[in-house]
Order: sequence, then C-alpha cells, then structure tokens
Amino acid sequence: MTVRIVLDGQPLEVPAGISVAAAIAHAGLVFRRSVGGMPRAPLCGMGVCFECRVRIDGIGQLRACMSTVADGMRVDTDG
Amino acid sequence: MAERFDVLVIGAGPAGLAAATAAATHGARVALVDAQSRAGGQVWRHDVAHAAPRTARRAMELPRTVYWLAQSTVVAAQQRELLLETPGGTRQVQGDALVLATGARELLLPFPGWTLPGVTGAGGLQALAKQGWPLAGKRVLVAGSGPLLLAAAATLRRHGARISGIHEQATATEVHAFARQLWRWPARALQAAGLRRQLAGIPWQCGSVVRAAHGDEQLRAVEVDGPQGIRRIDCDLLAIGYGLVPDTGLAELLGCALDRRTRHPCVQVDALLRTSLDGVFAAGEACGIGGLAVARIEGRMAGHLAVGAQAKARALQPSRDRARRFGQLLEHHFALQPRVHQLANADTIICRCEDVRLGALEAFTDARDAKLATRCGMGACQGRICGSALAELGRFPRSSLRPPLFPARLATLAGTALPPSCNDDRGIS
Repeated sequence: MTVRIVLDGQPLEVPAGISVAAAIAHAGLVFRRSVGGMPRAPLCGMGVCFECRVRIDGIGQLRACMSTVADGMRVDTDG
Repeated sequence: MAERFDVLVIGAGPAGLAAATAAATHGARVALVDAQSRAGGQVWRHDVAHAAPRTARRAMELPRTVYWLAQSTVVAAQQRELLLETPGGTRQVQGDALVLATGARELLLPFPGWTLPGVTGAGGLQALAKQGWPLAGKRVLVAGSGPLLLAAAATLRRHGARISGIHEQATATEVHAFARQLWRWPARALQAAGLRRQLAGIPWQCGSVVRAAHGDEQLRAVEVDGPQGIRRIDCDLLAIGYGLVPDTGLAELLGCALDRRTRHPCVQVDALLRTSLDGVFAAGEACGIGGLAVARIEGRMAGHLAVGAQAKARALQPSRDRARRFGQLLEHHFALQPRVHQLANADTIICRCEDVRLGALEAFTDARDAKLATRCGMGACQGRICGSALAELGRFPRSSLRPPLFPARLATLAGTALPPSCNDDRGIS
C-alpha cells in the first residue's frame, strides 16, 4: 500500500503508514535551513529537537517525525 | 470544563501502560495520555515493517476501561489539571491522582560536524527506522555509549542497514567488568546474548569515540579516535547517542521537586513513588534512568498507589529495588570519559535552533544570562538539546521550563491564563 503526497510541489509516492520525516528521506535529506543557513535534518527522531519541522497542509512548525503521511498531503520544507 | 478521571497517566511507554493497567484493575476510571499516535513509548515504538515483541503486545492490551488519549501533547498544567493539544483541537483533563510516566530522552552531545544531515541519535535513528526511514543498503556507523547502541544497531540491521561498526566510548576494561556482573540479572544476560547473536559479524569497538563528522550538505565520513588511533571512515549515516536523560518537563511545570544531585535532574520520589505534590506519583525513567524492567515494575506500583492500594505496591518493592541496582551498574560502568566532554570546540554549534557556537558562551556561568545575551536555548526545542548538552559538559544546568511545555497553536493558548508569544503561526516560549 502506498500513498501520494506532494513534497515541495513535487508528487511523491511513499509507503502508507510511514512518518512524514521518513517520506522526506525517501526523496533525499533536504528538510530545512537553520537560522544561519545551514542544512539540517532530523536528529532525535522522537519529537524533541524540532530539526525536522516542516509545513503540512499549510500549518507551519510541525514535527515531521510526529506526523504520519496521508493521501494528498502537502508537505513543504524550507531546505 | 475539564473531564475528570480517577487516575490520569501521562506517557504510554512501559511505565505508563503498566500504571494504567494496574489502576484499572481496581475499577478506577483511568485516562492514558501520550503525544504519539500509538502506545509503546520509545522502547516499544510501533515499527511499520516488523511486529512488536510478544511482551510489548501483551502490555499494550489495555483494559477496556482505560480511556486512551493518543496524539495529545501536554502544553500546560496546573494542580492536577492538564491542557492537551490534539490534532482536533484542545482538551482539558483532570485527575484525582496523576502518574507521571514521561520517560527519557537521548543525550545528544556536540562535536564538530554534528549538525550535518545524516547525523542522528542512536535511539533517534532507531525511532526513524521504525517510522519507515529508508535504510536498505545504507552504510551506518553506530557510536556513543551504553547498551542502547546494541539495541539500535540490531534494529537498523533488521531494516537493511549495513552497520560498519559500533563504537563505544567506555573502555574495554569497564565493559568487561559490567559483563562479568550480568549473570545476576538473568533476563538482561539473555537479552545481551540475543543482541550479540543478531549483531554477529559487526565489530564492537570499546574505547572508541567519534571526534568529528565531515561532509558539505550532508554526512560523508566520520573521524574516529580508538585503540588503533585516529581513522576516517566513510558512511551515509551516523547514529550517535550518549545514553538517556530523564524527561522532567511536566513534573517541573506542575511544580514537583526535582532531585538535582546529578547533572541531569530526575523527579524526586519517596519509596512509594510519591512526588513532592499531593496525589502526584512518578514512575520509570523520569525518576532516574533504570531501564525497561524498572519502568514496568514502578508503573505497576504507581498504578496501585494512585488508587490507594498500598499493600499491592509494597509487595513489588523488593523486585523494584533489584531492578534499580542494574541501572546503577550501567551508570557506573558506562560513565562518560572526560574526552567526550572535550569534543566541541569554540566553533562548534551548541544551540542548533539559534546557531549559537560554544565560543559565544564562554563569558557566561548561568543558562539564563547566556540565553538573554546569545539566544542559546531560546528556539523551538526550548533548550531540550543544548540545555542537556551544556549540563553534561559541566557548563551550567538547564534553565527551568516555562509554559507552553511544547510550541502550541495560538488557538490552543487562547482562553487559557498563559501568556502567549508569537512566532509564525505557533507560539514559542
């Protein structure tokens, strides 16, 4: 079973039930830029560090590791 | 209006599950709250690709009378009342008794290159693997300290990773001294033997420390300082964790006294798991790192105590004390070597949220002063990563938490007595 999400405007098919963080990793390691412009990706994997935060369906600052993919979901990174 | 329960259990890991189940056997109206969508905590985290062990499956079969509040993050707390943020909105719950089973976080320490994509915690990559993070064929180096490295490596291998090695900072002498005492905890010895079998062929190097991570946009190689000198090892991912620290955030917010005798405070409890607040109990890792067995026993004890069944709890005390001694053994033999504390240099980022480097903190002896002057600890993680790291490095203890406990939607905070501050569309304290 797979679901289709839209990651940074590009369609992406990923296994159903995985986290948004895992879905982004299927496409590469581009998650976000730090305040100083450095590339960042998940560190803690369990909702503590906020390094994986993305915009999901228009809501910002959501932790990708705490969210599960759903069909039609729009995910935007700022990486 | 807050929904009322006899017992509110916060955290659905092994301790919380045991507490909720034990309290429910007395006929109590119990609610079990967790930020994740599934129960299990970190150690029994749901794995999208593999079935949970039988013990975990059994522990997660909650009595029907337990009210399960998934995806509910505690953002504020007062007395024994909690404000929860859920995907569908907010919810207020209160309990005649509270059981704090908030568990632990991984201790993540700074070193040159640790902010590169591809560097994660050891338990961190284990959690990501279980969420479906692609690992097939990836070259992974596992490093840091403690038996969690072995458990993490076994999970990563099961998910298809090629583990190039496990690098343990403790010396071989210490690790052997630990292993020689393992026979006194037969269940742990059996578990260790099982892990060694699953990790057959993977080198486990003691006295070995990752000094630096290299790469441009992502990790390409690590520099390891071990018994064979300094080596550069190419890899795709580095899973590095230095053990666990108790998660005391909710206890602090409620006003429970903490035991601050060690670098990482834990919730202060008496022999019957009572915190300094009336009707508030704590169990498992939040009261000091003790491992799975401790969590399960203390969870049961707290569940009984929360409904006043003291005799049942007292009967569990001897096995609890025994299990706690195993935690002390771990702490002793896997104590961090001084060189681990010296890996970060002046140019190393300490606060990842605000990109504050260690050099910028030199002038400060207090977390609050450093925060006001440099923004260290002011970002989205609210100092959870850098605060614990600086405490471990012996710089200064973490400053106390303020509500909201986690960044929350403004709509969640509207109507509460909390002073919201605004950052994008979520308030950040």
